[in-house]
Amino acid sequence: MGVEGIGASVVRKEDKRFITGKGRYVDDIKLQGMTHAHFIRSPHAHAKVKGIDSSAALKMPGVVAVLTGQEIVDDKVGNLICGWAITSKDGSPMKMGAWPAMAPETVRFVGQAVAVVIAESKNLARDAAEAVVVNYEELPAVADVHAAIKSGAPQLHPEAPGNQVYDWVIGDEGATDAAFAKAANVVKLDVTNNRLAPNAMEPRAAIADYDAAEEHFTLYTTSQNPHVARLVLSAFYNIAPEHKLRVIAPDVGGGFGSKIFIYPEEMVALWASKKVGRPVKWTGDRTEAFLTDAHGRDHVTHAEMAFDANNKITGLKVKTYANFGAYMSLFSSSVPTYLYATLLSGQYNIPAIHAEVVGVYTNTTPVDAYRGAGRPEASYLIERLMETAARQLKVDPAALRRTNFITQFPHQTPVIMAYDTGDFNASLDAAMKAIDYAGFAGRKAKAKADGKLRGIGVSCYIEACGIAPSKAVGSLGAGVGLWESAEVRVNPVGTIEVLTGSHSHGQGHETTFCQLVAERLGVPISQVSIVHGDTDKVQFGMGTYGSRSAAVGLTAILKAMEKMESKAKKIAAHALEASEGDIVIENGEFKVAGTDKAIAFPMVALAAYTAHNLPDGMEPGLKESAFYDPTNFTFPAGTYICELEVDPGTGKTSFVNFVAADDFGRLINPMIVEGQVHGGLVQGIGQALLEHAIYDASGQPVTASFMDYAMPRADDVPSFNLSHTTTLCPGNPLGIKGCGEAGAIGASAAVINAITDAIGKNNLEMPATPDRVWRTIHAA
Amino acid sequence: MSTVKLTVNGKAVAVDVEDRTLLVQLLRDHLNLTGTHVGCDTSQCGACVIHMDGKAIKSCTMLAGQADGASITTIEGIAKGDELHPMQAAFRDNHGLQCGYCTPGMIMSAIDIVHRYGGQLDEATVRHELEGNICRCTGYHNIVKAVLDAAGRMKVSQAAE
Repeated sequence: MGVEGIGASVVRKEDKRFITGKGRYVDDIKLQGMTHAHFIRSPHAHAKVKGIDSSAALKMPGVVAVLTGQEIVDDKVGNLICGWAITSKDGSPMKMGAWPAMAPETVRFVGQAVAVVIAESKNLARDAAEAVVVNYEELPAVADVHAAIKSGAPQLHPEAPGNQVYDWVIGDEGATDAAFAKAANVVKLDVTNNRLAPNAMEPRAAIADYDAAEEHFTLYTTSQNPHVARLVLSAFYNIAPEHKLRVIAPDVGGGFGSKIFIYPEEMVALWASKKVGRPVKWTGDRTEAFLTDAHGRDHVTHAEMAFDANNKITGLKVKTYANFGAYMSLFSSSVPTYLYATLLSGQYNIPAIHAEVVGVYTNTTPVDAYRGAGRPEASYLIERLMETAARQLKVDPAALRRTNFITQFPHQTPVIMAYDTGDFNASLDAAMKAIDYAGFAGRKAKAKADGKLRGIGVSCYIEACGIAPSKAVGSLGAGVGLWESAEVRVNPVGTIEVLTGSHSHGQGHETTFCQLVAERLGVPISQVSIVHGDTDKVQFGMGTYGSRSAAVGLTAILKAMEKMESKAKKIAAHALEASEGDIVIENGEFKVAGTDKAIAFPMVALAAYTAHNLPDGMEPGLKESAFYDPTNFTFPAGTYICELEVDPGTGKTSFVNFVAADDFGRLINPMIVEGQVHGGLVQGIGQALLEHAIYDASGQPVTASFMDYAMPRADDVPSFNLSHTTTLCPGNPLGIKGCGEAGAIGASAAVINAITDAIGKNNLEMPATPDRVWRTIHAA
Repeated sequence: MSTVKLTVNGKAVAVDVEDRTLLVQLLRDHLNLTGTHVGCDTSQCGACVIHMDGKAIKSCTMLAGQADGASITTIEGIAKGDELHPMQAAFRDNHGLQCGYCTPGMIMSAIDIVHRYGGQLDEATVRHELEGNICRCTGYHNIVKAVLDAAGRMKVSQAAE
């Protein structure tokens, strides 16, 4: 490892612009002649739009246009799509209602846009929006999944009778029933996985610019995957063919899944910029983020786990109701199915699993992937079940896990996934050692003497990441391939530009991706630039989500590097009058092994471009590209243990220690990896203790600002004690598993297991607010 | 419309703005100082923190007119040429930022915290004082490290002056 190579905690190259205020986010961009959009949104959870009177608004100063849902439908802009087809157990395709970018007839959640004002400034657009009169006829609404599937419930979409999108199953029901029939013990648990608002700190924004002469659109947008945005906007929304649409995602202020999706606001901005003949900018405010960014989680689950007399798990039965909100967002259908139920085996040998998932429409904001996407729900369920089982069977929770760990790899689970490698005992051992698990009983007794209830909670998570290979996801219903592309451009002076289809919105690609180049060529990372986030620069790419950028995106760069190096070696061998097989790359030089003959990399690059002395038949230039499609998902796994105290007088939780032992395979930049874990852990802790996107029975959101939705703040959370155990991923040549979502997947169960251990009562829903904990302690 | 006269990062400026213009809008929209961010509408997130007459304030929570005559420092104004402010350097060296969106507000708040405590800080105090700044990426772990690191560096650089 060089000082800037693989495994080095290199300080980030991108930081300078962010710490000096020179980041360039969408809202920082101004175009000549730019207008501003303000959306008129439904205050009702369910209503008919009977009429829109914009006559007064159109007379106000600075108003350019007021455009309505009917107009966007009339102009044949396509309805929003869901890109993953799920088939119900009866063989029928999922049942989807139409979702126009602005509602022409019916609104189905609070915040759904019905019209947009375009004006000379943001303030003037907002003023005029107040003068637009929308005549609504309110309809009965339903927000809760159980209420929504009852007979007589308000119906959202004629296409989905009973508000049911699908009723999907996985696993072997007969084998599972047989396991339960023979079980020595059965453990049952009801769990609600609370709805969350992603809340990337940068609100979503879009600037659309139509060039009438070229019939060409440019869209600046807050996207995790600009090429996917272009594809969907072109192929499904009829905005423009791909070569007439450039999508740029510049600096993006966090995503966590919520910026994967193509939202109505981008579609409207593009359409409106052509209609008004000027650039149109929209920047959401925080309340719009709460109302319109896809939410996460929101499952209600009943599960049962069967054990034999030796405490070995013999079967698992799960029934989950997943709340999709009012419309099916882009990847929503896959989250409670192929990203959730396929992980229900956890880290354990479970011979028989059967899961049923019912997807339900309600009059709430659409729900889709949020950091972890399905895997946090699976991990939380399994780890709460294991803890419940340990208490019921009166065995140590860590020991019960150990009894059931998968130890032989590869391991085929009964729910599709084939785990390639791992060492679950190693991460459990590391975490138990780090927290002094053996000494906990003494600490608990001491805390009791001080009037505090101390608890310890274990969570052993596993996730499937990379979200690939394409053939596998295609067979499961995905509408896209999930490979990644890269291009390595060596300039004539030997500097290097690496183009990637991954997108960085905080992950540090501009540093880690350079480290691979530094590792292979021995050049300083200052000689390398990472180019991403612009469809005119990078040919294509699938973007960043599912902890895939290193395992898939960086491997694509490796493949392109190998091709480039192969050509460069031929050039060097020719120049050095040596055999190509004798050329080795060391410290920025191409050397003839075992001799002092060498040529510096910039000279190889220059030779490629002067083309004065290339091997016969070789094309000039030094630029290679690659598309990489992995052979399997990757399976990061680990153990989190949380130790905390509860004040029985107030129900308040205080952290004592939080340890994490993760197996991410090879680490490129440990500093950045640890930063990803810290952030994920706090999102998991936030779910466990603080966060909840709440609707009242009429579908009104109760938590639509930071005044009402409890975001984790610095004094709500602890510092962390992190460590790594390593089994290299066999599915990609770098051995990388991915680290972006682990914290959010594993943390919440550790916290709830610890609180329920402390208070001696097993049933406690998230978020475990002081009020809820106090009531649980003092319940009869 | 009113004319607001300010000193921003050491330069005198006079800007004609609508009376309802917020200070953050003046900085971002009129002076193109886009390092100061807006992350919420309710003075909760702290992405807009700047210094007014040496104190950290949320620039989304006051009218531009209320700042008439004041001396304003933004994230763009704290480095000395190419030499980063010790707080900026500490955020970089401790990986105290990921997406960068909350970072300017965090840095401006953190400088004020170090000044108010005379550099005498511990983890609990830093966490309590950062309550008005929300970060969704870092989990605060490395931000707290950065502030404590910078507190030491700022003491050293003050002593050297």
